[in-house]
Amino acid sequence: MAAFGTGASRPLQRGGSGFRFTVYAVLSVVCMYFDQRGHYLEQVRYVLQGAAYPIQLAVSSPPAAWHWLKESFQTREALQAENGRLRNAQRDLELRAMRYEALAHENGELRGLQGALPPVADRWLAAEIVTVQVNGLRQRLLLNRGQTNGVFKGQAVLDDKGLIGQTVHVGPWSAEVILITDPEHAVPVRIERTGLRTIAVGAGDTTSLALPYLPGNADIKGGDLLVTSGLGGVFPEGYPVARVTSVNRDAITPLAQVKAAPLAHLDTDSEVMLVWFRADHPAAPATPVLSGKADALGELKSGDPAMQPQVAKHAPPPTAVGPAAAAGAAPGAGTPAAPGAQPAAQGPPSVPVPAAPKPEATPGHTP
Amino acid sequence: MSANSLGRLLVSALVALVLTVLPLPSWADLVRPQFLVLAVLYWSVNAPRTGGIAFGFFAGLMLDVFQGPVLGEHALALALAAYIFVREHQRIRSKPMFQQALIVFAALVAYEVVLFAIDGWTGHPVTSPLRWIHTVTGALIWPVAAAILAYGAGRRA
Repeated sequence: MAAFGTGASRPLQRGGSGFRFTVYAVLSVVCMYFDQRGHYLEQVRYVLQGAAYPIQLAVSSPPAAWHWLKESFQTREALQAENGRLRNAQRDLELRAMRYEALAHENGELRGLQGALPPVADRWLAAEIVTVQVNGLRQRLLLNRGQTNGVFKGQAVLDDKGLIGQTVHVGPWSAEVILITDPEHAVPVRIERTGLRTIAVGAGDTTSLALPYLPGNADIKGGDLLVTSGLGGVFPEGYPVARVTSVNRDAITPLAQVKAAPLAHLDTDSEVMLVWFRADHPAAPATPVLSGKADALGELKSGDPAMQPQVAKHAPPPTAVGPAAAAGAAPGAGTPAAPGAQPAAQGPPSVPVPAAPKPEATPGHTP
Repeated sequence: MSANSLGRLLVSALVALVLTVLPLPSWADLVRPQFLVLAVLYWSVNAPRTGGIAFGFFAGLMLDVFQGPVLGEHALALALAAYIFVREHQRIRSKPMFQQALIVFAALVAYEVVLFAIDGWTGHPVTSPLRWIHTVTGALIWPVAAAILAYGAGRRA
């Protein structure tokens, strides 16, 4: 800050500006190094994100105020109509849930378990979207929930139809979410009909995902449902992601060009759900997220789907949960991200307790 | 004088930051100029002692918080652009507006090249040609932005 207040009368020397540039360049390179390699700057980013939140709130306040006005002056008829619709929807869901209970029980018995498994999602938190940045280069949301609400980095975000994305930066009162359609994002999926696993990469617009790693003779066709495969350690298994819209098999290229449309309403949602999953559930993510976005996303995007570690899809829950059990499971089920760091980050087992899996709480970098 | 110009600089930086994070429809978001970069360039040329490299660095750090994959990326790029403009501020200041816009275009391209390189090195490559659009719109809007900033400076001085 001292550079701001240099005296106005002092003549500006060229050498001085060169020196200052060198200092700041070195400073920013050091910043980048520590942020990228060691994740030592999480605290700095956390503070800065807290400082940035008021600006983001202020910027988004006019649309929010308009929305609020529109809602408060809604007519009685409109509200009654909406109420009726919601009632119908709720009845429908209750009936389905009834059936679901029975099915879950039956499924549990078939698997030889004592009782039905609890649902993989432990608890939800609704979050409002504060600002949206959606263009061909970045597809991000800012949510009004942060670490004070227990949100952690690498948390899955859903809406009522399907997967939306995951949190990448968590501030004190806000969290940034990367959408599954962001060009930097990749989500491991499974084709529901055939069980074939592959990776869905964001294509840069909210209506399409690309499946670039399928061979030309892969069994896939338009209308196939893609669900999360549970690999990669962020999303649990079996949540709907997208529906295949076009399959183009070109004789010249060895790979099929497949496009899919996300099921979640990425462009019209105003509220999304942050989800905590039961860590010891068979459908839970195979490995917890360790050292944050760089590893989780980078590995997914660069990894060959054929080389992804295979996880027994319905493995029984580990009887002895703890660091030892986690270490034992690591060679089979570990992601290529950081196998060495896995026992450390597993930390307290069965932790949907949100504060625990903070990456900075347990140093997760490989020795 | 110095405190006054520092205040103007901070106000313009805040306005530019708000314009940068203002939610816009997809097409407008792509052609949106980097207002904060333009503000840094303006103050580097016109108040090189108050603005300049430190201002560029901290403005870049704010940009990193809003949209950077790693802290320090925009800070480095913006410090570099500010350094070039501080170094050559007398020559740039004396140029007519059209030539200034061309120089700004070159600076914006240099800025984006730095971002592009760092994006690639840190494993977040976005190779879409769309990312270069803002250099053109930034250069196009430079005469207007400079006139507005100069007007504000003249009124309050």
